[in-house]
Amino acid sequence: MSLLEIDSVTLKFGGVTAVNNLSMRVEEGQVFALVGPNGAGKSTVFNLISRFYTPVNGSITFDGKDVLKMAPHEVPNLGIARTFQNIELFHQATVLQNLLVGRHRHRQTNMIAQMLHLPSVRAEERAHRHAVEEVIDFLDLQPYRNSRIAGLPYGVRKVVELGRALASKPRLLLLDEPASGLSVEETQNMRWWIDDIRRQMGITVLMVEHDMGLVSKVCDRVLALADGAKLAEGTPAEVQSHPKVIEAYLGTNAVSKGGKVA
Amino acid sequence: MEVLQLLISGLANGCVYGLIALGFVLIYKATEAVNFAQGDFMMLGAFVTLGLVNPEYAGIPFWLALPLVFIIMGLLGYLLDIVVLRAVFGQSQVAVIIVTIALGFVIRFAVGEIWGHEPQSLRSPLALGDVRIGDLVLGLADIAVIIVTLIMTLLLWQFFQHTKMGLAMQAASQNQMAAYYMGIPVKRIQGMVWALAGIVAAVAGILYASKGALDPTAGFIGIKAFAAAVIGGFGSLPGALLGGLIVGVIEPFAARYLPPGWSQIAPYALLIAVLLFRPHGLFAQVRAKKV
Repeated sequence: MSLLEIDSVTLKFGGVTAVNNLSMRVEEGQVFALVGPNGAGKSTVFNLISRFYTPVNGSITFDGKDVLKMAPHEVPNLGIARTFQNIELFHQATVLQNLLVGRHRHRQTNMIAQMLHLPSVRAEERAHRHAVEEVIDFLDLQPYRNSRIAGLPYGVRKVVELGRALASKPRLLLLDEPASGLSVEETQNMRWWIDDIRRQMGITVLMVEHDMGLVSKVCDRVLALADGAKLAEGTPAEVQSHPKVIEAYLGTNAVSKGGKVA
Repeated sequence: MEVLQLLISGLANGCVYGLIALGFVLIYKATEAVNFAQGDFMMLGAFVTLGLVNPEYAGIPFWLALPLVFIIMGLLGYLLDIVVLRAVFGQSQVAVIIVTIALGFVIRFAVGEIWGHEPQSLRSPLALGDVRIGDLVLGLADIAVIIVTLIMTLLLWQFFQHTKMGLAMQAASQNQMAAYYMGIPVKRIQGMVWALAGIVAAVAGILYASKGALDPTAGFIGIKAFAAAVIGGFGSLPGALLGGLIVGVIEPFAARYLPPGWSQIAPYALLIAVLLFRPHGLFAQVRAKKV
């Protein structure tokens, strides 16, 4: 059984078919990328997994559990965390506070104990703080620990969002364009982090990404989408040289010239 | 001495304004809508207490009635969100404003029908009479109101700083989408905010009724509380309380030291001044970024 199984899922917005009979399997420990031109339905797949949309048919299971039976707020409890293309942070809060919200699903003490701030609550808080500090060390966020998000540059916010997702200790991490808007250097860092997230933390990663350089360096498996349907699936090299993929990106002429998607 | 007397009665009034203003801000932060019925919630909370406690009605001992009042007002807030406000979910702000204004009318009418329109007084354990110290006359009710408000503020502080639900409320008010993906049931949390606003209104109502007579038009002080919330910076909980205290203190001083009639307009004059010179309020959390 694969960790994440998507089976013949279709989603329509009115007359537009956003995702068309898509099936895919993400194995535990993989770094899996969804690629494709703008509007291909990559982010929509993420929104389906996180229950923002409900498909017209098909099934999505995570670790054997039916994801489609869950409410959006129950998905994180399965161990699925995500980041967003346009960064969704708590802007009036500090980096530390944002990461601590990532621990929300692990808070267990009851409200009365929390109001009284009993020793059990304090012990739990210390454990959460400890977990968050590990993430801060991992992502080198120490200089920003107590900065408000509203005053931070884009590149740092992107890392904070990744940190918040990691703080929830997920089994599957959904990264929506982790390298978009980042400098060459920041993209390089992102690459090492994704490698370490898989190797050291044992977290499975599913990402949407346009930067094929990054994809070919960190991913084991790539699925190319166009118009909501699967074009090709395989290793990064296989997908990049697949004629249908080249056609979708560059047009039919490029195929005859033996082009390759950069 | 006179100054101290004015200050204490002003602070006591200000506490009631502040608690209503707190209700405004709670709802605003959670749903980005202004609940213009918050003053009438306060009045309703006071009448529910009166109906349970006063001997001519149910006659339940005050301290037994208190949890009942909180349950009733909390439930009412929660149901209001589920039944009425979710029906206008996604509509423009104006729809919510009109719905809550209408709600105020409904509450005033219903309360008048049930308990009558004549002024009544609540058998409150806080209505303690006056105490004289030299030529200083202090209303013990005023002091009790200030103490209860302090305790309430402390409880709310603990709730928002340390409880899972309080933190979830803060998170949901800043970014609903992100809150969902942190495992926060945003809609249920919004219902809980309305419940909390109902409970805070009940406390404000009991304090109000402990200081004097109560009738169905009492909710109109919600307008002053609204001014207090704006002065404090809409969206800031401590700001709302401080705004309430400022409005409360200005009134008796304006009545004493300014020409007749000025005390009525003083809070609004301050409101206009604040809007002109510090449009985000005196204690706003969001400030324009300096460039």
